[in-house]
Amino acid sequence: MERKTPLYDKHKQHHGNMVPFAGYLLPEQYEQGVIEEHMAVRTKAGLFDVSHMGEVTCQGKDALKNLNQIMTNDFTDMVVGQARYTPMCHENGGMVDDLIVYKRSEDDYYIVVNAANKDKDFNWMVAHQFGAVEFKDISQSVAQLAIQGPLAPAILAKLTDAQYIPQKYYHAVFDCLVSGIPCIVSWTGYTGENGYEIFTAAEDGPKMWDALLEAGQPEGLIPCGLAARDTLRLEAAMPLYGHEMDDTVDPLEASLSFAVKMTKEDFIGKKAIMEKGDPAIKRVGLKVVGRGIVREQQRVLLDGVEVGHTTSGTHCPYLGYPIAMALLDSSCTQIGTKVEVEVRNKKVVAEIVALPFYKKGQALTV
Amino acid sequence: MNILNDRLYAKSHEWIKFEDDGTAAIGISDFAQHAMGGIVFVELPEIGDLLEIGKGFAEVESVKSVADIYAPVGGVVREINEELLDSPELINKDPYGMWLVKLEAITEKGELLEAAIYEQVIETEEH
Repeated sequence: MERKTPLYDKHKQHHGNMVPFAGYLLPEQYEQGVIEEHMAVRTKAGLFDVSHMGEVTCQGKDALKNLNQIMTNDFTDMVVGQARYTPMCHENGGMVDDLIVYKRSEDDYYIVVNAANKDKDFNWMVAHQFGAVEFKDISQSVAQLAIQGPLAPAILAKLTDAQYIPQKYYHAVFDCLVSGIPCIVSWTGYTGENGYEIFTAAEDGPKMWDALLEAGQPEGLIPCGLAARDTLRLEAAMPLYGHEMDDTVDPLEASLSFAVKMTKEDFIGKKAIMEKGDPAIKRVGLKVVGRGIVREQQRVLLDGVEVGHTTSGTHCPYLGYPIAMALLDSSCTQIGTKVEVEVRNKKVVAEIVALPFYKKGQALTV
Repeated sequence: MNILNDRLYAKSHEWIKFEDDGTAAIGISDFAQHAMGGIVFVELPEIGDLLEIGKGFAEVESVKSVADIYAPVGGVVREINEELLDSPELINKDPYGMWLVKLEAITEKGELLEAAIYEQVIETEEH
């Protein structure tokens, strides 16, 4: 039985098409549909319920040491309020999950994990903790909303004081008031667009939702569902656990080397990743140039030989053409290479292109 | 949900409109286009292709999914709606005007439903 997020009634009120996702009932899209919702985020602003995401706190005088050992990135030089993306690996290098770690204060960290991996991640952290540290899963008590789009800053500014708005990307302000509601405001997102993620108490979620929607009405803010979240993150080439990476794919193979600090003395998975050497596979972007739409888990061929598979793919509303991400043999990942993707009974030609497909402020190319 | 009385429907949400000259146009219902959402790609058969009852003859894709379109009757493709190849979104705007193919030499017919019966089929699916 799927759980409801604190915003379930709001989704029904806005006629969201509710579908099961990662153990929750969430809106796939609202009445305007995925294309309108996608375009709203690229040109105005969209509001997402991301309360299904998990939140874990990590506190204690050995908190930093634990994070540096359990995760691949290095959190040592973070300032209070800063956020950092990181993979978390098994001993064999395969990924347990990817997540974001915030430094709330000294010895006090706030971690955001994928919905589908909540229990797995928490159990993994607890199983590998050492010294004076306590991990706590507080997911049930948190509602998380994302307001994303070029007009998101203007909308948020109507509801809060400047001191509560983060001044740098990947920074958060804890202990904020937005529309009088206590919350955390983070300058982060999963759309490739400017915007914020707001964490508040579960019971305050609906009030926050209403306040943001009302404040954003003149700017054209609309609620957006899971389908738009997926097309937006794909255009921005942001990987999604279970697609571009999983328990068998290591972060270097998923092209996440920027978040893997091999210079750290140790971390779980380091030995295996080192022993593998240069990754044998690599995440690439595909722009479909033939007729057809590439979806996930389709075979990719180069000169008739299988060189990998797609991990995500769809028609992208803003770019106006179909795109996909794929994991391919590293030897075949030269930008400009033409490959074929097996789409059901036919082969569709695609070109390997640089990631991301879309960058903030980029003009529409048709 | 709009359902027109001037044509028949298959349970798999195709519509078929028979003309006096023995040909028939096939498209997808308003219910089908709505369920799929924004349509972004259409794959059509070629003129002269033989359609078999119940077999997929075209594909319609939205951002989120792909749907096979099944032949409600057997016959030979006489025309394809080429406009849809460049502007698949027209199906969302005008599902009953936007036929996918026109058939001739129609042989057997599958189970085809009057509008009122098709409406009941939709109601069952919605609940």
